[in-house]
Amino acid sequence: MEIHGIKDILSGHPVFKDFDEETLDLLSGCGRNEHFKKNTLLYAEGDEADKVYIIRKGDVAIEIAAPGRPSIVVESLHAGDIAGWSWMVPPYRSSADARAMTEVSAVSLDANCMRGKCDEHPALGYQMFKTWLPHLTKRVRAQRLQLLDLYGTG
Amino acid sequence: MDVSNIQDPMLPRRYRVAEVWEELDDVATMSLLPIDGPPRPFKAGQFNMLYAYGVGEAAISISGDPAVPERLIHTTRNVGKVSAALTRLRAGDMLGVRGPFGSDWPVEEQKGRHMLFIAGGLGLAPLRGAICQALADRLDYEEVSLLFGARSPNDLLYRSQVAEWGAFSGANVEVTVDTAARGWTGHVGVVTTRLERILNGQDHANVSAFICGPEIMMRFTAQDLVELGVPTDKIWVSMERNMKCALGFCGHCQWGPDFVCKDGPVFRYDQIGRRLAMREI
Repeated sequence: MEIHGIKDILSGHPVFKDFDEETLDLLSGCGRNEHFKKNTLLYAEGDEADKVYIIRKGDVAIEIAAPGRPSIVVESLHAGDIAGWSWMVPPYRSSADARAMTEVSAVSLDANCMRGKCDEHPALGYQMFKTWLPHLTKRVRAQRLQLLDLYGTG
Repeated sequence: MDVSNIQDPMLPRRYRVAEVWEELDDVATMSLLPIDGPPRPFKAGQFNMLYAYGVGEAAISISGDPAVPERLIHTTRNVGKVSAALTRLRAGDMLGVRGPFGSDWPVEEQKGRHMLFIAGGLGLAPLRGAICQALADRLDYEEVSLLFGARSPNDLLYRSQVAEWGAFSGANVEVTVDTAARGWTGHVGVVTTRLERILNGQDHANVSAFICGPEIMMRFTAQDLVELGVPTDKIWVSMERNMKCALGFCGHCQWGPDFVCKDGPVFRYDQIGRRLAMREI
C-alpha cells in the first residue's frame, strides 16, 4: 500500500497546489487520515462543522432528510472533492448529511485548528478564502442549475 | 439545408410504425418504415415533421443511426396534443412524415479530436445518431465521451444502450442525475460538475463538444467548456423553437437572424453564443 503524508496529499490537491511549503507545513499539522465504512456518516446536518474532508478514495452522498420521506441525495462527491465547507462560515454547523456511499478514505482537517491558523496568520486566511471561494462559487452555480429542475419538462 | 431531393417538402409521406418501445412514463421511441417509396437518407441531428393524422404536426429529431436509414427512429415525449397522439401510436399504425430537415452534427469533420457528447434529459435523442456514427469509426477519434445528465435515475433515456456504449463500444460514459434516493451509487449533480473530470488529462483545445438539452443547460455547459479551454468554434448546440413549416417560410421558429428549422437546429457556438443569453429572443 502506498503511504502518503498529509502534506503530500494537500500539495497534490487543486485547492492547495499554489500554497508554499511553509503554509502546507502549517496546514498539515491540522490534518489526519480517516476511513469510513460504507453507509456511515462523515457528518450529519446540524453537527458542529469541526472538520473538513478531502476525499481521497470512494464516494460520498450529500443528503437532505425530510420528514415522512426518504433522504434525498442532492450531490455526490468523489476522489478529489471536498466535503464540509461549513467550517469556513459561522455558525460552523453542517447544513446536510454526508454519507459514505462506498468505503471512503479522506484527509480530515481540524476546523478549529485551521481557523486558529488563519487568525494567527491573516495572509494564510486570505489565501485560503481566495483559493477556496472559486470552488464554492462553482458549486453554488451548479446547485442553482439543479434547482431549476431543467429536465422535468425539457 | 438542401431539400431539393424532396419532391414536395410540404407533402407528408406515409410511414407505418414497425415497433414501439416505452422508454419512460411519458416517452416512447418508435421505428418507422416508409410506405410511399424508398427510405430517405438523413444526417445525425436533423429532424422530421411527424404528422399524427387528424391531430397535427410536430418537429421531432431523428434518433436513428444515419448508417441505417431504412430504420427511421424517433423518440417523443408526451407534452402536447400532437406528441400525445404520437406516443399513443402502436405497431401497424400509420403517420405522415416530412423531412429530413435542418443542419446536422458535423461528426466526420471532428476525426482526430476528442469527441465529447453532452446530453441533458431527452437531449440524448438528437445526439444518438451522432454517437452511433462516432462509435462506428471509434479509432478515427482520439476519444469518444458521453456525459449524460437526467433528472433522476428513473428518467434515464436509452438506459441499456448507454450502458452498452460504455461497456463495449469504447466510449467513456458518465451518467449523472440531479437528485436520487439513497441507494443510487452513481453521480449526483448537474452535468457541469462533471466536465473537469471527464476532460481530466486531455488536451482541452483538441475537444469537440456536441451539446443537446434544455437551453439553460446548454448555455451553462458551453460557458464552462470555454472556460476550460475548449475552442468556441468546436462547440455545437442543438436548438429548439416552434418549428411549423420546417422550410423557413412561416417564420415561427425565427431566432434572431436565423430560422431554427432551416439554419439549425444544430448551430456552432461561436456564431450563436451571445444570443443564447438574450432573454428578448
